[in-house]
Amino acid sequence: MIEESLADLATEPPASVTSGTLLGTGLVDGASVWESPVGDVVVAFNPSGVVSVDLASTPGIEAAHEVRFGRRLVEARAPKAWASRIDRAIEQGQPGDLPLDLRTLTGFQREILGITAAIPRGEVRPYGWLARAAANPGAVRAVGSVMAKNPVPLVVPCHRVVRSDGTVGAYSLGGADNKRTLLDHEGVDPAELEALARAGTRFIGSDTTGIYCLPTCRHARRISAGHRIAFASDADAVAAGYRPCQVCTP
Amino acid sequence: MGFFQSMPSTVATVTDELARRLSRDVDGAFEEFVTAFRSPVYSGLRRLHPSDAEDLTQEAFIRAYRALISYPPERIETIDLRPWVWTIALNLGRNHVRDRSRRPQPVELHDRHPAPEDEPADGRAWDQRFAALPPRQRQAVVLRHVVGLTYEELALALERPVGTVKNDVHRGIARLRTIIEEEA
Repeated sequence: MIEESLADLATEPPASVTSGTLLGTGLVDGASVWESPVGDVVVAFNPSGVVSVDLASTPGIEAAHEVRFGRRLVEARAPKAWASRIDRAIEQGQPGDLPLDLRTLTGFQREILGITAAIPRGEVRPYGWLARAAANPGAVRAVGSVMAKNPVPLVVPCHRVVRSDGTVGAYSLGGADNKRTLLDHEGVDPAELEALARAGTRFIGSDTTGIYCLPTCRHARRISAGHRIAFASDADAVAAGYRPCQVCTP
Repeated sequence: MGFFQSMPSTVATVTDELARRLSRDVDGAFEEFVTAFRSPVYSGLRRLHPSDAEDLTQEAFIRAYRALISYPPERIETIDLRPWVWTIALNLGRNHVRDRSRRPQPVELHDRHPAPEDEPADGRAWDQRFAALPPRQRQAVVLRHVVGLTYEELALALERPVGTVKNDVHRGIARLRTIIEEEA
């Protein structure tokens, strides 16, 4: 009688126990939905860090994840300590102290994403600038391909990397319109960027300091209208006696 | 033919087969291992550590995985999975209780983990009854009658002689009977 009542106490654990177990072993990745300026995104993670960010509206995320990363994706809550970091990383467009798991990437890809992660919010850099920062100025196309395959957009802000002519360019997370939305969200007017590009302006100099910058550099933005000098190339700026800004290293 | 029919299709042969699959491919068979043992492990830990059963169940399986990937296949193949998973879970539970007693505990105004919805209505009553048992009897009764281990498996999991664990189970059941009679 007591024995039967005791046998009746056997019960199934909540589903989170199974997913948490598999997640803890690293056999699967977990995923949950987060808000972003371009709509809901699915953030995938494992104990090493965040693995990928995709638009929640993308069809077949689970299948694509398994093909790309070799691990199944299960719905799970992110580790408690990471929840606020994920929020902040998405809002700031910078990983900050959020760990990333980029182990499936090549060294070059990781290096380029590392440089991208350091682009300040509200500023943009051309592909060629990243290639130079990686001490590989010929690798402009390769940089473009790293951006196109960035597994963690928003968090590593590839939306801040634009074409070398200054136009906004392509974006892997839902297309160029989303890139414009994100730039607008952080105070960069994409229409203004493209107006400069059409006018052939690549750099802005200050005739009071004799320094030239990339147009979105925080120092370029401070130059008052009467002292802004437009340059079509760095050669023009140097020929006019200007030196490059040490912050945006144009 | 009659000989084969008389062979029981026991739980033990099923877990032996699972141990063989784990020995060939830990990663490939581990989810099956979790599926096979999550209910008994959780049900047992739920009675032994009422407020931390979910975390402990998860941690026990993660430790089991780490152990399995560190063992050579020949060793995995010979593991008796049912008592083995409990040596891990019980050890974890012991450390958990010890660690908790060393740390100051915050005052909790609410139960951190309320009883799951699908739990039998008298689940809480059983928590009180088990709390009144000495730890050894509680463990023995839970593993024998909630989890369903045999006395031999119980002896392996608790690392005590079969006679001793039998005695603990019987005394624990007798005590529970008295507690229930006193309630009435």
